[in-house]
Amino acid sequence: MNNASNVNRGKFREAAVKVMFLAAACISIIAVALICVFIFANGLPAIKEIGLKEFLLGQKWKPNADIYGIFPMIIGSLYVTAGAIVIGVPVGILMAVFMARFCPQKLYKLLKPFVELLAGIPSVVYGFLGLQLLVPLIHGLFPEQPSGSGVLAASIMLGIMILPTIINVSESAIKAVPDNYYEGSLALGATHERSVFFAVLPAAKSGVLASVILGVGRAIGETMAVVWVAGNAPIVPDSILSSVRTLTSNVVMEMGYSTGLHREALIGTAVVLFVFILIINLSFSAIKRGGKKQ
Amino acid sequence: MNYKMEINNVNLFYDKFQALKDVTIPIAEKQITAFIGPSGCGKSTLLKSLNRMNDLIEGCLIKGKMLLDGEDIYGGMNVDILRKRVGMVFQKPNPFSMSIYDNIAYGPRTHGIRSKAALDEIVEKSLKNAAIWNETKDRLKKSALGMSGGQQQRLCIARALSVSPEVILMDEPTSALDPISTGKIEELMSELKKEYTVIIVTHNMQQATRISDTTAFFLLGEMVEHNVTREIFSNPKEKRTEDYITGRFG
Repeated sequence: MNNASNVNRGKFREAAVKVMFLAAACISIIAVALICVFIFANGLPAIKEIGLKEFLLGQKWKPNADIYGIFPMIIGSLYVTAGAIVIGVPVGILMAVFMARFCPQKLYKLLKPFVELLAGIPSVVYGFLGLQLLVPLIHGLFPEQPSGSGVLAASIMLGIMILPTIINVSESAIKAVPDNYYEGSLALGATHERSVFFAVLPAAKSGVLASVILGVGRAIGETMAVVWVAGNAPIVPDSILSSVRTLTSNVVMEMGYSTGLHREALIGTAVVLFVFILIINLSFSAIKRGGKKQ
Repeated sequence: MNYKMEINNVNLFYDKFQALKDVTIPIAEKQITAFIGPSGCGKSTLLKSLNRMNDLIEGCLIKGKMLLDGEDIYGGMNVDILRKRVGMVFQKPNPFSMSIYDNIAYGPRTHGIRSKAALDEIVEKSLKNAAIWNETKDRLKKSALGMSGGQQQRLCIARALSVSPEVILMDEPTSALDPISTGKIEELMSELKKEYTVIIVTHNMQQATRISDTTAFFLLGEMVEHNVTREIFSNPKEKRTEDYITGRFG
């Protein structure tokens, strides 16, 4: 009798804990669902009113004249993200290799907190650095340009900002490669360097690729730092020094004072951004699955 | 008899722990030498020090001499060259995360061979010598990680052969494999000794009797007895050897 009631109490407790975990899990799912609903409910009507083709491929963004084409911003986001990859990925991966396989213990203890700090710095602070240091520097190098802000400045800025993501994720991927790859290579008479780059790194490639995609996600979603150094003219950039406006900066710059269709068009911009992020996340999980299958 | 390698009065320490005590074994050329003994007796340690893989272990100190063709491998010899001459097959198959072809071409590429024709030839020859060519010739571009454990181990043997070593060290190469794969690898070893000097560490005494020419028995860091394999197993001179091979301990 007593035993039975004990068992029942245990079952009840387990059920209660289960509900609690479920509730916790639901909160995050609900948050994502709400964002989806809100953003699509508010953005899609505007896109419909403007016309999908005019909205996505329209070259002109003139809210005063009710012309809402976000093509320049889509291209702008792609340009600065590509720039960030060109700058951030090689540096990040080499840094990760260094930290995982070359760095002396003492230096590692110094470097690791710095990389973590790099990840924790608020983006507005990065933007400040960009504005104070990077933009004047670029202007100094190319004085014939009206300003130093533009694609190059934003790319360098973002390239630096995605470093911690790439370094940390790649480093753990490289460290997770079993030692027997490394030993197998050494046993063939390969040097430490060759073993690390040609036997260990290929074994970590799915993790390294995942780090790059996470970095891309961060770069394309970054706002504050970009607004400060990009110039923000809503034009399709014609050179790496040209002013550029990204999807994110389009939203953040005009949301404060917009009304009516203008406001909805900005939410429509967010819809496009959201779809971008969705694609990036899907490819991230696809790569993770592919990596596991190996 | 010609000695390919000589292990002379070797003492090996991991920090304060002495893992090998005054070990002396001559390794005959183009024969299979087996190291047997219970776990922790130092046989794997000795094997790994023959191509200096022990260099990776911090606090490992070696006294005494190990010679390859009379040359001290802990003297001025370049480690990478040593490891090219003294190849190794590990306990767990460890093919690289790349195609079968690239796995085999990795070694020759490391040593500067770039020409496609030369690499093709080495890949084919190595795979043939490791008796795995027929199973792999139609899937050379496929990932090596998709093969079975036994195939992977033969691939690793082919990979070791790709740099034309003189000695091949095998660290319990069949302990992770099923009996059929084990049989194939044992068959392969008897082929290999026509061209290479083979040293194998094994837990499996039947394996030692089946394939090796001479056997060395290790106990607690000491080399107890080294003799022709048939003699060791039928007529051991030392009581401790007899106790071990008759299964009284270990």
